[in-house]
Amino acid sequence: MSTLRSAAALALAACLLTGCSNSTGTGSGDGGSAAGGDYQIWDPYPQFDDSSDWVKLLTKCGTDAGVTVKRTGYDTTDLTNKALLAAQQGNSPDVLIVDNPVVSTLADAGVLTTADELKVDTSAVEPNLLAAGQIGGKTYGIPIGANTLALYYNKKILDAAEVDPTAIKDWASLTSALEKVKASGKKGITFSAIGTEEGSFQFLPWFWGAGANLTQLDSPQGVASLELWNGWLKNGYAPNSVLNNTQTTSWQEFAAGDFAFSENGTWQLANAKKTGFEYGIIPIPSQAGGTAPAPTGGEFVTAPVQSETARYAVTEKLIACLTSADNALTTDTTLSYIAATEAVQQKQVAANSELTVWVEAVKAAKGRTSDDLGTKYPKISQPLWTAFQAALSGSASPADALKTAQTTAAAATK
Amino acid sequence: MTTEVSSLVRTRENTARVRRGRGHWTAWAFLAPIVIYLLAFYAYPLYRNLDLSLRHYTVRSFVQGDAPFSGLDNYRDVFADPAFGPAFLHTLTFTVVSIAFQFAIGLALAVFFAQNFRLSATLRALFLVPWLLPLIVSASTWSWMLNSDSGIVNHALGLIGVDPVNWLTSPDWALTSVIIANIWIGIPFNLVVLYSGLQAIPCEIYEAAALDGANGRQRFWRVTFPLLRPVSAITLLLGLVYTLKVFDLIWIMTKGGPADASTTFATWSYRFSFGSLLPEFGPGAAVGNLLILMALFFGLLYIRFQRRQA
Repeated sequence: MSTLRSAAALALAACLLTGCSNSTGTGSGDGGSAAGGDYQIWDPYPQFDDSSDWVKLLTKCGTDAGVTVKRTGYDTTDLTNKALLAAQQGNSPDVLIVDNPVVSTLADAGVLTTADELKVDTSAVEPNLLAAGQIGGKTYGIPIGANTLALYYNKKILDAAEVDPTAIKDWASLTSALEKVKASGKKGITFSAIGTEEGSFQFLPWFWGAGANLTQLDSPQGVASLELWNGWLKNGYAPNSVLNNTQTTSWQEFAAGDFAFSENGTWQLANAKKTGFEYGIIPIPSQAGGTAPAPTGGEFVTAPVQSETARYAVTEKLIACLTSADNALTTDTTLSYIAATEAVQQKQVAANSELTVWVEAVKAAKGRTSDDLGTKYPKISQPLWTAFQAALSGSASPADALKTAQTTAAAATK
Repeated sequence: MTTEVSSLVRTRENTARVRRGRGHWTAWAFLAPIVIYLLAFYAYPLYRNLDLSLRHYTVRSFVQGDAPFSGLDNYRDVFADPAFGPAFLHTLTFTVVSIAFQFAIGLALAVFFAQNFRLSATLRALFLVPWLLPLIVSASTWSWMLNSDSGIVNHALGLIGVDPVNWLTSPDWALTSVIIANIWIGIPFNLVVLYSGLQAIPCEIYEAAALDGANGRQRFWRVTFPLLRPVSAITLLLGLVYTLKVFDLIWIMTKGGPADASTTFATWSYRFSFGSLLPEFGPGAAVGNLLILMALFFGLLYIRFQRRQA
């Protein structure tokens, strides 16, 4: 009896093992055959399940190309390491949709194919958006859409404080608006100055808006931008909790209805409608006036290197399908992104005039890894966030903090 | 007769040898699962971590697996990093202060509950709550409570007329805040282990001490404390090893900030390897190995202490 039972258990275990290896084996990038078969797509949108428009689009693109698409959604912070590990093990996905500042890192690791090699047409894409994926004259991937930062405002609070949001064109008018808001008994502005990449992302519109350059953090312009933030905290226009706020917590503070302004992204548009108060959006002003260049967010569709180059033909079809004008419109609407091509942007504005501000902001925006910074950017970003954390928490003056940051960044990028 | 006996003896010896030989293999077969397990899940990861820390990894060499051997360069870089001193100091402060308070409060509560008053079992169970909660829940709750502007702690301070404290965002308070949260989380562990240690002390000794006229304080310092020493030692050791590598709590509450004010080796190592867009596995592994060395040091100290006791 007991032998019978253990034999059955063994057989079951064997089935499980072989079953497992079968299902994982065929799915991997180099396991399937070149024509037909399974194609792997990894994306950073785990919030979408199989019933979502996004996954339906992926499936449809696969069917059109005559293959089956296997899609996996990862958390965005997890995806870089997953992609690197997969490349190390030689089982990269066929299509990898990844946050734009990561493209240069992966390209530097030799993980990605160039758009030329894959014969992907990038000519319609706005050059400032494509720049984040260009290193050393080569283009790796194509943006699926873009998002960026702007200022949301609470209309009721501004009316009560007698502030006209359309008159906010430069730093001086913004700061005086904050002063009026504070005088009227409400809170000024919330943003995220957390000690991670998210904080740097939020600081850059002000840094670039002063005319500063990432290669010289302690320039007078750079110091001016940090002094702006620092002044807001000192005067109580911005809460001290910005130091620990993610963009989501900062949004929650704004959504609670006490703050006049929130520096936040395109992706909060859907939530803005749920707040229950009237809101508006203005572009982030630069120091001297006009729209400040904000960093671009949003993902690139890339094709990791495969040992079987015959697979690229289908991969190209999949990417072309995902980024075609019609599908880009669906995708960018689903993701609450601005399209990467002028033609689709116009369609978006025609459908929803609220997006005009965002299209303008995206046009003025700039990739963090642009200017050929590439993999140097992360080594600059970290000293930068350490600097504004030090200044805002009062442990160093803005000038000193940025001086230290510049020394660290210069040593790291040498 | 004698030949018969000797041959019999010889065959017996032979079978014994065969059996011993076979037993040898059987023994190894029985040992194999645990050996394979130890090799696969302990030895190999440790070796990989050591290897990572001795090579110059870039993202490219990580993928292609051809990172050049760089000796102790990563360690030199880590030691020369201006963040090293503060991180080391924070790690020590965090560990020592956390352990001291966890142990003292845990012991006090254990002695209190040892009196077995009514509802003491229920109350003791309630004290275990911090231990049962997932860390992401307790750490997030602490970080909400300690929020500078809308946290309940500052609100309560405001009610008694104290100025709000920037618990998580001031360089003077961030480390204290994460220590407070960590003490709260660690008390139940100390309470449970020390309480079971107290149960093992025979009542007769207390009776004898009482007959000899020892008061409560004397009974604690002369009876409870010395007899609890072996249990205390293991509690402290486990606490040390556990506290040294606390990462999630600090990361959720402050991300090691503001500007490194609450960075410990654990969060520093994580930030090197995973905390920015560009992973630096070499220095990350080096800092991780320093943590292992520190834990090992305390482990050896414990073994020495135990030997001296024996």
